[in-house]
Amino acid sequence: MTQALVKRPLLNTRGIIFLCVLAAVAFGVPYLNGAGALPDYAVSLIGKYLCFALLAIALDLLWGYCGILSLGHGAFFALGGYAMGMHLMREIGDRGVYANPDLPDFMVFLNWQELPWFWWGFDMFWFAALMALFVPGLLAFVFGWFAFRSRVTGVYLSIITQAMTYALMLAFFRNEMGFGGNNGLTDFKDVLGFDLQSQDTRIGLMMLSALAVAIGFLICRAVVVSKAGKVIVSVRDAESRARFLGYRVEGYKLFVFVLSGMLAGLAGALYTPQVGIINPGEFSPANSIEIVIWVAIGGRGTLIGAAIGAILIAAAKTVLTGLYPEAWLFVLGGIFVFVTIFMPRGVLGVWDSMVDEMWRLRGMNPRERRLKA
Amino acid sequence: MNAPSKNIEPGSGSEHAQKPSLLALDGVTRSFDGFKAINGLTLTIEPGELRAIIGPNGAGKTTMMDIVTGKTRPDGGTVQFDGHDMTRKDEADSARLGIGRKFQKPTVFETHTVEDNLLLSLRDDRSVFGTLFSKSDPAGRIAELLALIRLEDRRLDLAADLSHGQKQWLEIGMLLAQDPKLLLVDEPAAGMTDEETARTAELLRSLAGDHAVVVVEHDMEFVRQLDCKVTVLHQGAVLAQGPLETVSANEQVVEVYLGR
Ligand SMILES: Nc1ncnc2c1ncn2[C@@H]1O[C@H](COP(=O)(O)OP(=O)(O)OP(=O)(O)O)[C@@H](O)[C@H]1O
Ligand SMILES: [Mg+2]
Repeated sequence: MTQALVKRPLLNTRGIIFLCVLAAVAFGVPYLNGAGALPDYAVSLIGKYLCFALLAIALDLLWGYCGILSLGHGAFFALGGYAMGMHLMREIGDRGVYANPDLPDFMVFLNWQELPWFWWGFDMFWFAALMALFVPGLLAFVFGWFAFRSRVTGVYLSIITQAMTYALMLAFFRNEMGFGGNNGLTDFKDVLGFDLQSQDTRIGLMMLSALAVAIGFLICRAVVVSKAGKVIVSVRDAESRARFLGYRVEGYKLFVFVLSGMLAGLAGALYTPQVGIINPGEFSPANSIEIVIWVAIGGRGTLIGAAIGAILIAAAKTVLTGLYPEAWLFVLGGIFVFVTIFMPRGVLGVWDSMVDEMWRLRGMNPRERRLKA
Repeated sequence: MNAPSKNIEPGSGSEHAQKPSLLALDGVTRSFDGFKAINGLTLTIEPGELRAIIGPNGAGKTTMMDIVTGKTRPDGGTVQFDGHDMTRKDEADSARLGIGRKFQKPTVFETHTVEDNLLLSLRDDRSVFGTLFSKSDPAGRIAELLALIRLEDRRLDLAADLSHGQKQWLEIGMLLAQDPKLLLVDEPAAGMTDEETARTAELLRSLAGDHAVVVVEHDMEFVRQLDCKVTVLHQGAVLAQGPLETVSANEQVVEVYLGR
């Protein structure tokens, strides 16, 4: 009689609750909005938070499970955002200020005569959607291929990811790059024929964002509970042991990095139409650091915690920057320090400890109970 | 010259067996910042052999293992394992070719259960997509290994919660799960109680035959229990070789090592 091996299910109770909450948001928010209980702007705001949640889940897969702290994840998000923004620019057509059917306004303004080659194809939605995944994925692949093969790890790796997003920010600030320079891409009109100013479109985008969070979560969760997920955690905990067991550590890191970059790109692609603008500020190192803070606050290596952290902090930011704009960075820094010192496992970690305590009081071993989760 | 020892396979008992050696280092050198950590090291290990390697701190024992497993590239010399040139391989290659390595400091996956540590070590597809869609369920093999390393009742505990000695055993279990042709074991008895040490020696002895086992150790009592051919390393080269009694009677050895 040999005992069967413990297998973690794709969906545990917590995962099911998370998906139910997402569904409740996706359908409840439009309902409340229709009933007049929620202002119109709140719908897009929630849609934006959902994009951040997806971005945080993507980073958590990389940082929480594989131990790779990317301080440049905003770059993948921004690239996805730009890919979608380029499509939205092309959709404007001759409704721009200069009424040029082929060239976006900023190109006319720069006296450009024709569309640069890297804008080709973005008039087609499917192409832009593909690029929103492909371009961040490619960047992650190329960057990761060099970094992981030369065994750059730890702080050094974090610093070069930060340098990567900084370099991209400087590049995108330049008008000659052909992405609208300082101003970025904006004044979008519609997507797939739906007016971006209409509340129905906004509701649709918010619902799509909720769906994207659900899909992103399920993909990450599927990876995490697979044997590959165990290898990924092993790489985090004892990289050389994993190597000496015959695992090609670079391959696993690259896989996670690319997947994470693509999910971040997807989040960016949903973000742009909801906020109506994408500019080089999205590449700023501070943005990438903020993503890390979301994950740390929510709880590393939990996926759901990352999403909770992103939404909590983004909501707090909305409220506080409205009240005391100067105070926000101090508050954020303060929360981060507090969480790091007093709640090293984040909000979800505190919750877990409380639940464990409860089980212990009932005389049960929390570890055994949690193994299957 | 060989001491009659039950641990050495009959075939390898005659010094120059027809069968090629499992591992052969020849004239290997490696320096770090001008310091020759390995200096003309020549060493052969036969299939199924049990061998103890001793030597003072900094003698190059760990570096020798790094070279054999492709972690460190030698500056010169050749390293052949089972017909492969190990100077052109990396760690993952060495594992896949059949070398299992135990580190000096016990290294297990702390946040995984004992069971998962073994699961990840068992011979299986190591590729990303292979593991992503893995359906293998080797419960039986894992149960056997757990019995062997005496951790049956810790199966679902995190490796982090094991005692130092248990971690050493888990790591040995992980090596066995790989079913390697050659086991490189760096100071397995470090931090073990006397009883655990004796059991470890017994385990390693029982493994020889099916696997070649190379044990690096400081603890002479442990080496005595292994009861096998001993190689003394000093300043990156072999100083003496033979049964423990002969080696420990060697004046040079006494001077550099035993007599310290
Ligand atoms: N990566 C490295 N860089 C620089 N020097 C190194 C490196 N690896 C080993 N050395 C040096 O090479 C020499 C041999 O080291 P090694 O670890 O192989 O010794 P050892 O025989 O395993 O010693 P111990 O008994 O203390 O484990 C030491 O002087 C060590 O400082
Ligand atoms: Mg050593």
